[in-house]
Amino acid sequence: MAVSETAGLAITNARIVTPAGVTGGALRCEGGRIAAVGEAGPLDGDVVVDAKGKLLAPGLVDLGVFAVDSPAFHFGGITRAALMPDQSPPLDHPARIRFAAYSGKPDLWVHPLAAATAGLAGGQLAELALMQEAGAKAVATGRQWIGDSGVMLRLLQYAAMLDLVAITHAEDAALAGNAAATAGEMATRLGLPSAPAEAEALALARDIALAEMSGARVHFRQVTTSAGLALVRAAKSRGVNITAGVTPAHFMLSDLALGDYRTFARLSPPLRSEDDRQAVVEAIGDGTIDVISSGHDPRGPEDKRLPFADAAPGMAGAETLLPLTLTLVRDGVIDLPRAFDLLARNPARLLGVEAGELAAGREADLAIIDTEAPWIVDRRKMAALAGNTPFDRQPVQGRTTALFKGGKRIV
Amino acid sequence: MTSATPSPASSRFPAGRRAFPHRDLIAIGSLERHEILYLLAEAEQYVAFNRQAAKHAETLAGLTIINAFFENSTRTLLSFEIAGKRLGADVVNMHAAQSSVKKGETLIDTAVTLNAMRADAIVIRHGSSGATQLIADKVDCPVLNAGDGQHEHPTQALLDALALRHALRAKGHVAEDFTGLTVTICGDILHSRVARSNILCLQAMGATVRLCAPPALIPQGVETMVAEVHNRFNAALAGADVVMMLRLQNERMDGQFIPSPREYRHLYGLTQDRLALAAPDAVVMHPGPMNRGIEIDSDVADMPGRSIITGQVEMGVAMRMACLDVLTRKARGVAGWGDGEWL
Repeated sequence: MAVSETAGLAITNARIVTPAGVTGGALRCEGGRIAAVGEAGPLDGDVVVDAKGKLLAPGLVDLGVFAVDSPAFHFGGITRAALMPDQSPPLDHPARIRFAAYSGKPDLWVHPLAAATAGLAGGQLAELALMQEAGAKAVATGRQWIGDSGVMLRLLQYAAMLDLVAITHAEDAALAGNAAATAGEMATRLGLPSAPAEAEALALARDIALAEMSGARVHFRQVTTSAGLALVRAAKSRGVNITAGVTPAHFMLSDLALGDYRTFARLSPPLRSEDDRQAVVEAIGDGTIDVISSGHDPRGPEDKRLPFADAAPGMAGAETLLPLTLTLVRDGVIDLPRAFDLLARNPARLLGVEAGELAAGREADLAIIDTEAPWIVDRRKMAALAGNTPFDRQPVQGRTTALFKGGKRIV
Repeated sequence: MTSATPSPASSRFPAGRRAFPHRDLIAIGSLERHEILYLLAEAEQYVAFNRQAAKHAETLAGLTIINAFFENSTRTLLSFEIAGKRLGADVVNMHAAQSSVKKGETLIDTAVTLNAMRADAIVIRHGSSGATQLIADKVDCPVLNAGDGQHEHPTQALLDALALRHALRAKGHVAEDFTGLTVTICGDILHSRVARSNILCLQAMGATVRLCAPPALIPQGVETMVAEVHNRFNAALAGADVVMMLRLQNERMDGQFIPSPREYRHLYGLTQDRLALAAPDAVVMHPGPMNRGIEIDSDVADMPGRSIITGQVEMGVAMRMACLDVLTRKARGVAGWGDGEWL
């Protein structure tokens, strides 16, 4: 055995976030996994890191990113990222899954999401079982909703058989059309093509019904409207096996951010009304939302320096995921353990990977976080491949000061 | 021509500031009421000027104006071209069909190219909302929006206001604004930049605005912007002082928004009988081009004393002359316009 694997790692003097609460003390790792949490003192020969009273949290598990962008993920404390199948070419073939799964190792683990249908066209089912064996941890419909209900039902039945979570985009395609904004006064004033917010609830209603029929586990990557969240809440309460996610854009911003045609605020689904934004915050607080992810989608000027409706949707979100989620803790919407359930534990469970929480036996993916450290988001200085953040020049608090993947320090 | 000396600012304008402090004319939504009134006042001299036999001034002599039209247009392009030429500017028209836009050049690159050619004003029409602002951010000269997507068409709203003011004056209406007036705008509100600019302009000038269209052509949220929204034309017409008809955009309509032009005419066509529901001497307007026999009947469109549709076209040239004059004053070094930052 190599020396590096036998040598333990001890992080002392930390505030440790566990699902049960924040405890003081130290955490010990051995062989790339967590050996003990809390009362574990360093053993002889351990590498000792003094956290100096900072927070020790699991490395974030980012469910649904569009690019492998290690510098941005590491800045943001992300050690695992589930890669959307919307690549060029799409992840609809076992070989591409295998390639993507290795693309970030060893410092970043990429969990490719298998394209649900060939070419993500929404027609013919892709080779899901072969892709699962090649390393796909879940299946995703991509940026699109599958419009054909027959295809969607067969997909969910098949995914249920393979015990793969199906990750879907909840926007009725016929209603959404080429919309760049949510219908309402803002879109009307700006003259932007828009779709009613109800496009989301329509899609959710169908997919919840199909989830119930098929018994599949369905994860709605982004639920962003009051009506949609009510459907998710009701379905969960009657025991349907669904989960819901959101990105910080939809709990931080409303469609007022579209003023001046700022294309960095062009997102999919589009930004919603202030009422919907508040409904998202409430749903995070009451447990209707299970996952907060970055939706990381770095886009250069060729995609963004265009008239609003012609620009590509998406934001570079990896670096702001943690500090913006911490605003919810500061505002008293959630506590720290719940924040890391949303950012790490729940997405890890959905993917079926042994990470995302600080417990003995889990992979030693660790982040030391200064939760109070102030910084200002600056699109020109971001680590990401592109600086298309709708939060440019916004002051935030909280950043990762050290990051460990499998017990090995990478930041 | 005396346009080189701007009209004295009246007491309505904030002291110590230029009467029109904007570099560009992008949207009515970013103008104050007194700025709209100022542009209208400036246009009056050009209305008289254009009615002379010899109509050529040297006000903008030596300046280059580029009309960059990324969307087809006949009357707006012609109106801007005539306006520039009557003021003595060198006017160049760029049609998208002939440009490198078709070869994949981005809008920003086109803007930078126009800027490098040292235009003194650029007039832009583009099919995407916000495109004019995007170009304005990249160039160093005044930019005039000649229509961007479904956003705004500010000179159209200004010329409509000017034409309406002239029509009202002819009837003995003395106020300079539209307080107390009810204007019904009927047609494809959803896709219409003319409607958006007119809603903002008419209301800034004190009018009460009613909108009328089938539900599919009413944009969501517009009810917060105007006094009344109607689906039934007769109710929308009741007692209206002005009826502004919008063009039925056949190219986007069939089957999607309305069943057929015939059915549209049945419900929303402005006929003599319908016009009788409005105020006794109600003014009829249309930004053109008209679909005669669909949204407006010929006998209404051509009704003397009621229809001011050709008056709108006439005012268009005067209004655009005023806009070009005002926006180039700083560059021309007109006294009193050289200082201060742009808004």
